[in-house]
Amino acid sequence: MIRDITIGQYYPANSVIHRLDPRLKLVGTFLFIISLFTFNTFYGYIAVTLFLVSVIKVSKVPFRFIARGLKAVVVILLFTVTFNLFLTPGDPIFKLGFLKITREGLRFAAFMGIRLMFLILGSSLMTFTTTPNQLTDGLEKLLWPLRHIKVPVHEIAMMMSIALRFIPILLEETDKIMKAQMARGADFESGGILKRAKSLIPLLVPLFVSAFRRANDLAMAMEARCYRGGEGRTKMKPLRYHGRDYVAYLILLLYIAILITVRILEGLL
Amino acid sequence: MEMIKVEDLAFEYIRRDEDGNVESINRAIDGVTIDVKKGDFVAILGANGSGKSTLAKHINAILYPTEGIVWVNGMDTKDDKNLWDIRQTAGMVFQNPDNQIIATVVEEDVGFGPENLGIPSKEIWERVEKSLEAVGMLEYRTHSPNKLSGGQKQRVAIAGIMAMKPACIVLDEPTAMLDPDGRKEVISTVRTLNKKEKVTVLLITHHMDEVIYADRVIVMNEGHVVMQGTPKEIFSRVDEVKSYRLDVPQVTELAYELTKAGLNLPEGILSVEEFVTALNQLSR
Repeated sequence: MIRDITIGQYYPANSVIHRLDPRLKLVGTFLFIISLFTFNTFYGYIAVTLFLVSVIKVSKVPFRFIARGLKAVVVILLFTVTFNLFLTPGDPIFKLGFLKITREGLRFAAFMGIRLMFLILGSSLMTFTTTPNQLTDGLEKLLWPLRHIKVPVHEIAMMMSIALRFIPILLEETDKIMKAQMARGADFESGGILKRAKSLIPLLVPLFVSAFRRANDLAMAMEARCYRGGEGRTKMKPLRYHGRDYVAYLILLLYIAILITVRILEGLL
Repeated sequence: MEMIKVEDLAFEYIRRDEDGNVESINRAIDGVTIDVKKGDFVAILGANGSGKSTLAKHINAILYPTEGIVWVNGMDTKDDKNLWDIRQTAGMVFQNPDNQIIATVVEEDVGFGPENLGIPSKEIWERVEKSLEAVGMLEYRTHSPNKLSGGQKQRVAIAGIMAMKPACIVLDEPTAMLDPDGRKEVISTVRTLNKKEKVTVLLITHHMDEVIYADRVIVMNEGHVVMQGTPKEIFSRVDEVKSYRLDVPQVTELAYELTKAGLNLPEGILSVEEFVTALNQLSR
């Protein structure tokens, strides 16, 4: 049960999107998010929606799967929409006591809500179609130039991938310690939040101790296998762009170009 | 030629208090001299605290000698410029299989060592395939290590070392956390590697059944080497072995007790077959 939890929520499927280079997907997601916040007209949003819907279709990830990510941000979404709705000054169309809804407010709230939703959908699509390993590899390669300003890029990527490797192991260990403590009468389930939080202390202490011991062992094992940082290291699976990646970059450029055109045209009208 | 040569090795764990003053000195190894020839399968036996793991860590240059010298394939481990050559020459497998697997996919973990050595990608793939095949784990190459059994994980760890093409493997109690099946898997893998790939093996353990295949057994106690010889020689001295808080294989002990009771059996019987033959000869 607990060992089946996968972080990053990868959804295995055989689609073009899955096979794309992780670097491209990272850049694409980034550009997509920027595009959400730069364009604020109706036609602009139609273009964005079309783009997002077609990418989701191509990815073969079921929509309800991606939509699940929205659940986590429902509260933030409601907050943003409500505040924008009632607190934007302008031309009032509805009034109840001190509450008033303005035309601008309505427009703003709708756009803000859509933006946030698209943001979540777009970024979860990336994690659904990219394995955690590919993501760290892609991130390492993309951030590689930053090493000139002393950013430990390789180390960060290595830490991320080791963390991913140890998440299931530590979960399993938590499970084990919990059962061991429950067998001796520990109670993790009843009581208020404070009491429950307190009952976690005897769980966390042994977990931390064992995590540090593991870290020590792992560091030794890595050194024994000649690990000495990123210098002079080669990759077993180096990232290489394929034809499809160039096509995808082209589509991305096209998408941005369309949005810019829409904006210019609307400015003229 | 000697693969590993240890001369008068001594090592002290020094415990310091908060101000850096020496609180206590624990001499884990004292005056150890051994040599291991190329292609040998040598087992080091010892109870807990006998210094056998400390000795193993010297061969991979994880620890440096307090006194004495350790040579690995002619390289002095104290010399910093030899460090990476030594670690490549003498690969090390540790006790806990979970804490030495780095990647989330089996084949990527095996590739970790060669990646560190700066081997070109194409050759890494060849090496990964070859070493996974050598330990019989090729069919699991795309699996997650979390789903493997302890014995399988340990074989992946061994493959990870083999992919670095070491001349020698040091295994520090590789079976201590495994069940009997896993133990058999790992030991038979190690034996195959020793026979087929001609890798020098230094196996550190406290399980007796694992050392009967070794060319030579070294027994350690309280930081000293106390016995050396072939498994037969060692296990014919049952009382002495037991005095170092070690067991002898069950068959050996039975034969020993029978001899004491008056039966005329040869010394140092190690396997059931051997025992049966000896008994048959006796009854004739």
